[in-house]
Amino acid sequence: MGEVILTMKDIDKSFPGVHALDHVNFEVRKGEVHALMGENGAGKSTLMKVLTGIYTKDSGSIEYEGREIEFKGAREAQDAGVVIVHQELNMLGHLTVAQNIFIGREFKKGIKIDDKKMNEEAAKLFERLHIDIDPTATMSDLTVGKQQMCEIAKAISHDAKVIIFDEPSAALTEAEIEELFKIIRDLREQQLGIVYISHRMDEIKVITDRVTVMRDGGYVGTLITADCTKDDIINMMVGRVIYEDPKTQSMVAKDAPVVLKVEHLNAGRMVQDVSFELRKGEILGFSGLMGAGRTETARAIFGADPKQSGDIYINGEKVEINSPQDAVKNGIGYLSEDRKRFGIVVQKTVAENSTMATMENFMKGLFINKRKERAAAQDYVDQLATKTPSVEQLVVNLSGGNQQKVVIAKWLVRDCDILIFDEPTRGIDVGAKNEIYKLMNRLASEGKSIIMISSEMTEILRMSDRIVVMCEGKKTGEIDISEATQENIMNMATREIG
Amino acid sequence: MKQKSLINRLGGQKFIVLLVVIALFAFFCALSPDFRKVTTFIDILSKSYYLIFMAIGVTFPLITGGVDLSIGTGLICYSLAGGYLIVQKGVPTGVGILVCLLFGILIGFINGWLIAVMDLPAFLATLCTCMITRGLGSICSKSMGICWPQNGTPGGEFRSIFKIVVNRNQYPVGIIWALIVVAIMAFVLNHTKIGRYTFAIGSNKEAAILSGINVKFYHIMSYVISGFFAALAAVAYSAVFTTVQPGTGAGFELEAIGGAIIGGVSATGGAGSIEGTLIGVFVICLLKTGLPFIGLQANWQQIITGLVLIGAVLVDIIKRKKEEAV
Repeated sequence: MGEVILTMKDIDKSFPGVHALDHVNFEVRKGEVHALMGENGAGKSTLMKVLTGIYTKDSGSIEYEGREIEFKGAREAQDAGVVIVHQELNMLGHLTVAQNIFIGREFKKGIKIDDKKMNEEAAKLFERLHIDIDPTATMSDLTVGKQQMCEIAKAISHDAKVIIFDEPSAALTEAEIEELFKIIRDLREQQLGIVYISHRMDEIKVITDRVTVMRDGGYVGTLITADCTKDDIINMMVGRVIYEDPKTQSMVAKDAPVVLKVEHLNAGRMVQDVSFELRKGEILGFSGLMGAGRTETARAIFGADPKQSGDIYINGEKVEINSPQDAVKNGIGYLSEDRKRFGIVVQKTVAENSTMATMENFMKGLFINKRKERAAAQDYVDQLATKTPSVEQLVVNLSGGNQQKVVIAKWLVRDCDILIFDEPTRGIDVGAKNEIYKLMNRLASEGKSIIMISSEMTEILRMSDRIVVMCEGKKTGEIDISEATQENIMNMATREIG
Repeated sequence: MKQKSLINRLGGQKFIVLLVVIALFAFFCALSPDFRKVTTFIDILSKSYYLIFMAIGVTFPLITGGVDLSIGTGLICYSLAGGYLIVQKGVPTGVGILVCLLFGILIGFINGWLIAVMDLPAFLATLCTCMITRGLGSICSKSMGICWPQNGTPGGEFRSIFKIVVNRNQYPVGIIWALIVVAIMAFVLNHTKIGRYTFAIGSNKEAAILSGINVKFYHIMSYVISGFFAALAAVAYSAVFTTVQPGTGAGFELEAIGGAIIGGVSATGGAGSIEGTLIGVFVICLLKTGLPFIGLQANWQQIITGLVLIGAVLVDIIKRKKEEAV
């Protein structure tokens, strides 16, 4: 490790209603890989956005290369050598690889953009990184892994001195992660300062030199990676929040009836010959990497995407589900991973959202029976302990966790017996997360059956009675919770088939 | 690497649409002897210039994922304003044309500002300026039709930019200019920053902003280009037609947008080309001019154009679904 290149001191930042960063300290040295860890909503991404000028800080100071600075935007940070490789890939799918890398600072010949030179320079960059990508290929034709490599190449082409990797491995296969680590080690050799944001404990141990942990927007501490154990880090991350006890064995009775049976389901490239059973009162975890086909499977079962073949049985009877209406009629409720897009109507009230899937029960002739609607909504607000001043509150004003509860209420009002939770705690803060967990356990004990799709290994291990693992559109394993470990699930999730 | 099909190598949708143009042309020639006359060809060309210019311009907002509905009524408005100054106020034709062009740029800028800076949906912003230019046009000309100077009269020389008449023989030189403009704008779209960032905005605006591009500026520019070309279309329109009537022009924009989309501009932005737009416009022009020759009236022409457009958009959607499925 070399000298300090970047110091962030006492950084404070508030958004309306949220104290996002509470006097956070962070430091990066030349030639180190510094992990930034914390649960969802701990403030890691916010801190990095403050650093790169996407957000302005309320107070605190940032010192970079010995000078106090405040970047006014991503562009200024880039020009100074501080570059983010974003979690969501920021590509322009219609443009070529080289055009993406040099976007915003194209080489020019007079007024003409010099595509030839851009292709050559991109080729040189890839050579330096030992990556094999054609600079003239269209971006959207590349695999996610290759696209990520392009992002890194783009970062390096800015003559970066500090590179921030924001959950770079989330969508990568094992082999691609190896390649990524090779590049990161290369960059460390070249005395760059590297910030590595990730949830994956194993990676942190392998690739990083130091770890800084954040919790609920606050700074917890910084450790030398080699001197600490995984448990040290987890304790710092979780802190005071006491989660539901992880399950050690299935809570489902041996003779519980099968409520949902899916046989040889095929739907496009992402769902190939998937079969599984769901029992009454069971929480069935769906694990796998991003892009493994879990959401696609759920959507196909729910009738939201067309399926090519496969049979679905509910309570032993074969059913035809060709649209979400069919699914709802058969008692299936789907809680989308993207709440804002598919789950709720944010500009409507809690009451209206709660009854959205059951309008016909709340009609009096041609009119909506508002009183009945409010009463039903209030009932579930009480049952689920949704924090809202009233059922007339617009959903947009609720926190992520409480929005999620409104979506759950929607399906409970409908009396769905099978609930598909797709990333139920994404974007929800740490405390509310545990409430959702409790709620899911309660629903299961009341006889509802739950499919839970989750990318968080801890969540899968904590909640599931049984786990189905998918990889590249195929089911690659099924395991009882009593035998499940992070390692064997990970192995199945990255298993290459045939 | 994906294997490119023969059609893709020849230019994809553009190539198919070019075949459609040739087929339509052959179809009308075969069915109607009157259609096979040189004067008809010249007529088709003359009536295509303003549509070509409009379509070239509107290709830019379309690629950003927006639309410009104000170009049709805008065209009439700019033409009336310029024509009024020339005919009633006696300014030289060149000055009238200049005013016309500046007016188009101004309206384009207002559109761009409303959309890129004030965040109005493109549909709404340009619908409003569509109504505004319609009203403004009538006010400019005091609700009267305006005849720009005729060929052979003083100030009427500009008409020979588009058609030269020698010994009663007509030469449609406008097509040469149109092709030159197509070449220039194809270069702008494919090889300059303006073009590259137009694609970037339509492809992923958020990413474009994060790349440090001045997205607002280039977003506005796409509408300024659209406005400028609507004004250029106004000049072509004024040169080809004798009288410009206030209150008309609504619907021109749909033909131009339709042409662009038939020519392969993605209805959701991010893809398109000037050559494609040119070919697409000819489909519209041929339908418009050709159908009356086989006894189908204007109403039918609109219905058939609508159907062709649905077909073109479906091709675009199916293509995209296929790409997603790969």
